[in-house]
Amino acid sequence: MNDRARQFEAMAMPHLDAAYNLARWLVRDEHAADDVVQEAFLRALRYFGSFRGSDPKPWLLGIVRNSCYTWLRDNRGAAQTLEFDEERDDDAALDATPQRDDPERLLSLKQDGARLNAAIGQLPHVFREVLVLRELQELAYADIARIAGIPVGTVMSRLSRARNLLRAALLEETKGTCHGS
Amino acid sequence: MAHDDDGGDAALSALIRSGATRYSAPPALRSSVLRALRADEAPPRRAWPGWLGWLRLGAAFASGLMVSWLAGLVQPAADPVERVAGEVVAAHVRSLMPGHLTDVVSSDQHTVKPWLSSRLDFSPPVTDLRADGFPLTGGRLDYIAERVVATLLYQRNQHVINVFVWPAQAGRDTAPKAAARRGFNAVTWDQAGMRYWAVSDLGAGELNSFAERLRQRLNESS
Repeated sequence: MNDRARQFEAMAMPHLDAAYNLARWLVRDEHAADDVVQEAFLRALRYFGSFRGSDPKPWLLGIVRNSCYTWLRDNRGAAQTLEFDEERDDDAALDATPQRDDPERLLSLKQDGARLNAAIGQLPHVFREVLVLRELQELAYADIARIAGIPVGTVMSRLSRARNLLRAALLEETKGTCHGS
Repeated sequence: MAHDDDGGDAALSALIRSGATRYSAPPALRSSVLRALRADEAPPRRAWPGWLGWLRLGAAFASGLMVSWLAGLVQPAADPVERVAGEVVAAHVRSLMPGHLTDVVSSDQHTVKPWLSSRLDFSPPVTDLRADGFPLTGGRLDYIAERVVATLLYQRNQHVINVFVWPAQAGRDTAPKAAARRGFNAVTWDQAGMRYWAVSDLGAGELNSFAERLRQRLNESS
């Protein structure tokens, strides 16, 4: 094993879980996530020679993220539009206004991870990714910006909209249910 | 967007952090990634190319020799322009490896442009120069100066021209500047809020002509 690959391995393997988590959330398929992560790591190894930044994690996760979108493009067909239609998706997010008077309903979901996962999994990809990177990977805005290839300001506004969309989806969910605990 | 719902946001964050699944890589994936990385053995020193095929990815990995040759291109130069020059040439060379790195193969600018735009935070101008003898052959994403950039591929006879594009300061157009690295020629300029680097093994004269044509077409279409 040559030096370059050894260095890459030392750098990249600690981020495998983060990479896999992002891939699972974006492609929503166990086996696809395996494939995408493997392909992304090999691609990153190929590019590693020209990496000159100080923090390889967002660089690596950016490659994983792009590989996910390539997979989605190739495997979801025309039915699923991945292009972020700024107008359409923003409108949807704007319609989802914060529901401040339903803390109890939200609390009732604390025990129901499956519903929460489903709601997050149904968000448009561009909202889902910032939410996952921020809430589950706890990355800084600047890192999320690098990974998603967007300006920092856009990260913040997308996060805000993602939360509104999610909140609305969760509260829609609970409307028809009995409040057991 | 008003941020007067910080309390609600905090509660939602807490809910996600405690309730949503954080997936961990299965042990099988961990070992198969390690296996894949470790299979990249440096072959005994022989002249480039010394490629190894890699399963269904189709692309080949550089020999240890090639990797250090590429790394040598990207010196830790003090001058950022020098560094970028090294990076774009390295990216150009990588793209010439068997299994050419082209993400979207199309000579139709109406296919290439949206493909790139949907994956970037900017919309690169894409124009075909077939009429000038430089047909568009596809597009790709690349990483230059820690940033995702658009790469447009053009062909001139057997020569590949990679044009790397990323956003630059608007209103500060610059005249083309030539550079050369290890037998490859490059031309760079800023135009209409984008930075361009055209790289090829074409002679400097021909590459400059290409750049001029491209600049003209871009002006015409803007």
